[in-house]
Amino acid sequence: MYWNSFSDFLHMGGYGLYVWGSFGMTALVMVAEPLLARRQHRLIAQRLRRQLRAEAKPDRAGEAA
Amino acid sequence: MNMNWYKFSAPSAFYPLAGKLIPWFWALAALFGTVGLWLGLVVAPIDFQQGEGYRIIFVHVGASWMSMFIYVVMAFWAAIGLAFNTRLSGMMTAALAPTGALFTFLALWTGAFWGKPMWGAWWVWDARLTSELILLFLYIGFIALTRAIDDPRRADKAGAVLALVGVINIPIIYFSVKWWNTLHQGASVSLSKGSSMAALMLWAMLLCALAMWMYTIAVSLIRVRGIILERERHTEWVKALLLQNAAAKPMIAPIAQREAK
Repeated sequence: MYWNSFSDFLHMGGYGLYVWGSFGMTALVMVAEPLLARRQHRLIAQRLRRQLRAEAKPDRAGEAA
Repeated sequence: MNMNWYKFSAPSAFYPLAGKLIPWFWALAALFGTVGLWLGLVVAPIDFQQGEGYRIIFVHVGASWMSMFIYVVMAFWAAIGLAFNTRLSGMMTAALAPTGALFTFLALWTGAFWGKPMWGAWWVWDARLTSELILLFLYIGFIALTRAIDDPRRADKAGAVLALVGVINIPIIYFSVKWWNTLHQGASVSLSKGSSMAALMLWAMLLCALAMWMYTIAVSLIRVRGIILERERHTEWVKALLLQNAAAKPMIAPIAQREAK
């Protein structure tokens, strides 16, 4: 362990803003992107499923639901 | 077992394979990322020239490498798509582009946060920085171009040409620090000369970069699955997949969850 205290760690020898600004933005992007990609996948599946049901004949639609 | 790998070039076979692989790549990304960050942020000592600010390289180098590497992989898929007219290659190229753009943005962002304390400027029109900015525009151009064309096959072709023409920028970025007298420092890791970094710092940097690589595979596989569904929506296998268990599960249930069973 290199650091003496947690505030030392946050302070980063005066480079805190720059170090945490870099790591923070990287973390933000790398958390948000997969969440958005999964949401996108789910929305596509939902939309296609709705379209598929709408296209199906009324009697078939009743069967599927 | 004699497996026929070619069969996975069919979207119907690749879709479930990708779904099974995603959790493994997440696990690898988490493992490499945790160890890399631990070494880089907690264990590694101060750099005698750059102080604690040098720790930015643990995200900057990985993001920069990925920004270039993803573009090369896109160009590879673009070439395969143009040469063999395979459906999956265009989908892979499209799935990779947003991740490549984001890593290029991160490379520029973390570079600016390094440049401000070290050079005294957030941005300079240096050859390395300018060519990396052009890379960001290439990614954005690729995304805009392919989304502007309605017919996916034509969008793939146009995108593939752009990806292949733009790949000339990658060696320019990589060698810019040698070819021009840049403010950006030269490579600390080189194939011919080895590394000029301390072993601990080098390991931390490589593990962080490896984590970003695994992350890229995982997130682009998620994205390509959505693209496959969209483009193959008229096929019987997608219809069957969408309707299977649809009655038992609420509409919201993601397909990945249902497949895991």
